[in-house]
Amino acid sequence: MGQIQLNQVSKSFGPVEVIPPLDLTIEDGEFVVFVGPSGCGKSTLLRLIAGLEDVSGGHVLIDGRDATEIVPAKRGLAMVFQSYALYPHMSVRKNIAFPLRMAGLDKAEQDKRVTQAAEVLNLTDYLERRPGQLSGGQRQRVAIGRAIVREPAAFLFDEPLSNLDAALRVGMRLEISELHKRLKTTMIYVTHDQVEAMTMADKIVVLQAGVIEQVGSPLELYQRPRNTFVAGFIGSPKMNLIRGAEAAKHDADTIGIRPEHIGISSTEGTWKGTVGVSEHLGSDTFFHVQCNASPEPLTVRATGEMALSYGSEVYLTPRQEHLHRFDAKGLRLE
Amino acid sequence: MATQHSRSAARVMMAPAVILLLGWMLVPLVMTLYFSFKQYLPLRGGDLGWVGFDNYVRFVTSSAFWPSIQATLAIVGGVLVITVILGTFLAMLLDQPMWGQGIVRILVIAPFFVMPTVSALVWKNLFMDPVNGLFAHLWKSVGATPIEWLSQASLPSIILIVSWQWLPFATLILLTAIQSLDSEQLEAAEMDGARWPSRFIYIILPHLSRAITVVILIQTIFLLAVFAEIFVTTQGSFGTRTLTYLIFQRVLESQNVGLGSAGGVYAIILANIIALFLMRIVGKNLDA
Repeated sequence: MGQIQLNQVSKSFGPVEVIPPLDLTIEDGEFVVFVGPSGCGKSTLLRLIAGLEDVSGGHVLIDGRDATEIVPAKRGLAMVFQSYALYPHMSVRKNIAFPLRMAGLDKAEQDKRVTQAAEVLNLTDYLERRPGQLSGGQRQRVAIGRAIVREPAAFLFDEPLSNLDAALRVGMRLEISELHKRLKTTMIYVTHDQVEAMTMADKIVVLQAGVIEQVGSPLELYQRPRNTFVAGFIGSPKMNLIRGAEAAKHDADTIGIRPEHIGISSTEGTWKGTVGVSEHLGSDTFFHVQCNASPEPLTVRATGEMALSYGSEVYLTPRQEHLHRFDAKGLRLE
Repeated sequence: MATQHSRSAARVMMAPAVILLLGWMLVPLVMTLYFSFKQYLPLRGGDLGWVGFDNYVRFVTSSAFWPSIQATLAIVGGVLVITVILGTFLAMLLDQPMWGQGIVRILVIAPFFVMPTVSALVWKNLFMDPVNGLFAHLWKSVGATPIEWLSQASLPSIILIVSWQWLPFATLILLTAIQSLDSEQLEAAEMDGARWPSRFIYIILPHLSRAITVVILIQTIFLLAVFAEIFVTTQGSFGTRTLTYLIFQRVLESQNVGLGSAGGVYAIILANIIALFLMRIVGKNLDA
């Protein structure tokens, strides 16, 4: 079980309100990702749930039970830290066994659970090593192992992959997703990387300045962003946001169109423009096109074979059915 | 070729410094060894010739020898225990964010800047004086008879004074060590269900072990040579005659340079034994 409910939870550091009162429900077994730019309060929110920070107002409910005044250790949550926070003077085995030892489990039970966790995480060969002798990915797995053995109601991940290199990050991303499928335990995952959010989450919570901008499945957020912030934050490369005359044609203050929803042609189209920098990724090519519709260059996604030279003239055609319209406050218009 | 030339040139140019340093160390050592085999009484006939190991035998068979070793070890051990325990405690307190942190830290370090002679005099006259001392007034205010610190509790008094001087050193080193502890480790331990005592034992203490080792090693070296505090307060009476002080008395009060030199050689041996012993016990902490 691991249903977590936040009722009007707020947090202030002195006079600065980091998180205004906020409601959120995380269902049992869900993989929820908190995503937002740095400083948006996502880590603080996670620490409020963990109990490492005290809430300034409101209540945190875990499985329907008010946990606001309960100490972190008794909330039944396990956390994986950004720096892994392994105990450097203990072997991997002792690191993983630490929460069990603190809980007063007998030695045999400790060994059993550590062995089990080590098998799940491919750490069996490293049990006697110290964290300092392990690679980044292995340390990450030890940190996860230390969380697993407690059999928590929910796992909390605080940017766990940000210290890993790109290749390893993709691998660990898969491993964590797989772990979630296997354990079916609630997981809350904090990241600033929208790719991690999109690939891993059942539910994404987009935060900005402590305020929840939108909650929804990755595709929901991608297809129907509630406002311009979510529209610009989710998706890579970013959605093109166009204001002014072109937006007014669609009765909106701002219109948004994703790079993959713009057709590019050298002969005809709605907007005329000149090609700027092009980025060739092999599978795709991104063109930055300066056109009359917008003062800023638009990003356009085309197939990898497409080649256009710098400065050549092109025509862009946005696909009308994928056009997003936003009002003056940045909210979505249906 | 050029490098070989410059290398030998470098050797020549470094030679004066090396020779000076070697002389600095070797001349006193050789002189101590030389005098330790002589009957040398400056005021009673001067150099009376070679006496072999007589001085060594006399020094250890004197009734003052073993008590002096005991006093030395008591002072070193006592000060180490007090400074390490209190230093850890103070370091953890000073690590807490608080108002006026900078000033408080300077105040904590201050005793280290007071000269040993001065601090011993301050303690002797302002605190421990049985008539006018602050402690005497404290005792009197609750109706108790003031303790004559330096005669009734002489060894603890000296341990107290020396600890006061060395506490800042221990605190300072342990504070810098504690500041390098990753706060996420403590939070992880908290999440793992470790209460404060467990967090201290399993996380903070192991993290500090290397710093504690350094404190113990450095302090031991200096504490073996404590002198001014004893000279100013008890003059070696009431069981506070350490090995260092015994040697001083043999050379300057008894005017027996040969006997004192033999004691000096024993002191060198003792210091080396303790250093070796400490390195064995705590040295492994430094490798890890």
